[in-house]
Amino acid sequence: MSEIVLEAKGLAKRYGSAVAVDGIDLSIRAGEVIGLLGPNGAGKTTTILMLLGLTESSAGSVSILGKDPLRQPLAVKRDVGYLPDAVGFYETMTGRENLAYTARLSGMGADQARTRIAAALEKVRLTEAADRRVATYSRGMRQRLGIAEFLMRDCRLAILDEPTSGLDPQSTQELLDLIHGLSQDGMTILVSSHMLDVVQSICHRVALFNKGRIGFFGTIGELADRIGRGTFVIDVEAAGVDLEKIASSADGVKSITRTDPENWQVEATRDVRSDLARIVVEAGGDLRNLDLRRARLEEAYNRYFREVADAA
Amino acid sequence: MQREGSPFTGLSTVAFKEAADHMTGARMHLIMLLVLLTAIGSVYGAIDRIRDVVSEDAFLFLKLFTVAREPLPSFASFLGFLLPLVAIALGFDAINGEYNRRTMSRLLAQPIFRDAVLFGKFLGGLLVIGIALLTLWLLTTGLGIIFLGLPPSGGDIVRGLCWLVATLAYAGVWLALAIAFSTVIRSPATSALAALSVWLVFSMFWSMISPLVAGMVAPIDPLDPVTVLNQFEWQQAIARISPQTLYGEITGLLLDPSARSTGPLFGFQLQGAVIGAPLPTMQSLVLVWPQISGLIAATLFMFTTAYVVFQRQEVRA
Repeated sequence: MSEIVLEAKGLAKRYGSAVAVDGIDLSIRAGEVIGLLGPNGAGKTTTILMLLGLTESSAGSVSILGKDPLRQPLAVKRDVGYLPDAVGFYETMTGRENLAYTARLSGMGADQARTRIAAALEKVRLTEAADRRVATYSRGMRQRLGIAEFLMRDCRLAILDEPTSGLDPQSTQELLDLIHGLSQDGMTILVSSHMLDVVQSICHRVALFNKGRIGFFGTIGELADRIGRGTFVIDVEAAGVDLEKIASSADGVKSITRTDPENWQVEATRDVRSDLARIVVEAGGDLRNLDLRRARLEEAYNRYFREVADAA
Repeated sequence: MQREGSPFTGLSTVAFKEAADHMTGARMHLIMLLVLLTAIGSVYGAIDRIRDVVSEDAFLFLKLFTVAREPLPSFASFLGFLLPLVAIALGFDAINGEYNRRTMSRLLAQPIFRDAVLFGKFLGGLLVIGIALLTLWLLTTGLGIIFLGLPPSGGDIVRGLCWLVATLAYAGVWLALAIAFSTVIRSPATSALAALSVWLVFSMFWSMISPLVAGMVAPIDPLDPVTVLNQFEWQQAIARISPQTLYGEITGLLLDPSARSTGPLFGFQLQGAVIGAPLPTMQSLVLVWPQISGLIAATLFMFTTAYVVFQRQEVRA
């Protein structure tokens, strides 16, 4: 069993009568990548701030690597890196100088800092731009500089708030590769994002926030199972048949939707791929593709919040 | 709840970074150029006037700071007027600037306390002002040696250094005020405007306001001469709310060894005194101690206000 890196119990934050976070429980193991999801105002950023000790909780407790962020903030901050949404660096300083400043704040010696900064910049591919002022950096380069800070400080837990917002596809992919690399190196990562495909590509588990509570915490597959209640979605590509006519009454098939002349999307209560293959072949059709679709986070997410809205 | 770790962790790093930023910033260069030019102008004017009395004054170098030649005011008056501007320029965006650059949350996520950030910014600003003041003081003394042809006496140096420290305390009030505004107000432009408004009130209007208020609080009875003294004391007390007044009194007493009081002085109080003879430096320091304490207290009050507000602020940027 992996070590518990972060544990929150009954964590709450109230502003007067308004409840921002309402008694959440969270337990994260070493090396996990966790996605924090939910609409704006659901309590994700407030939770992150409480985990970092940047805002006091109204109730509950947090333990990061066995330490209390409010009682032992320096010890916790030494192990935790934070990359906020639209991260800010000192624009008149170079990338290297910015890292050197945070290295000094972390109490690192000059020689150790120099070596670690060079290695971190190399890893995020910023060595060439390291001695340029940060004012000349693109948004993607700034995010990579933030990742370089985690590497330089050798953080055990990294918290990233909307790391890919505003990035072009290439920069997004570069950043995702870096985050994946951090995870491979054993760093525990907490990512808050609205970009569900991003979360799906890197996270082991997701926490869905809704009105200050965590409505679901588990893997994306578990979420799809819970929301879809056993729905299987199969993509079929076939020529020379009308799948809606020949397969609608098949056992287990709930619905068939034509997406273009030779493509259909079949929703079923079980995996009916073999049945569909047989039906198409018996009808004289030319079966070209039969694909059980992986549970998509975006669908599950939308369904979850639709159900929450319907229940309300 | 007792926090573990020292609140001063990272203090020197923040302070030196802040000082380096100021030293290399265009804002500081422009203001210091203005101060330098006006200071050199005042000192040059003063040298011209005191050349004639070289042999008559035992504290000739102190006159460099206080003697004015029309239309230029004295070096000390210039500092009293311009130093708040320098301090405000260094402090008006100390905290809100971090929020606007979106560096605050990343800074506070480092293993340091908020105490180190606020105190470091204050110390960094004060360090820069201290270096600038010392440079100006040495420059003035150097000009004096060149143009007067005499070295400063030991008394000149001791009194001059004491005045320099008091000037730093005076700058500290304005720096703490600017940092307090930068903590309370999120927009740097608004916090600069607020600090400049306070500076304008105290440097321009306070000398007009204090007699008016004193006249209302303690009106003069034409048949009772004591009421004149009473009103004067009220006026002085109200005027002393302004750091400018306190600094003016400190300057008057420290740079003029023959000055014996900032308030009214009666004949019986001067019994046995040799009129015109200089007071020992320690006696002058005892006389200005309440004013210096006042400046330090004002600095502490401003800093504490900023501290309490900053500690309670939610950091989202």
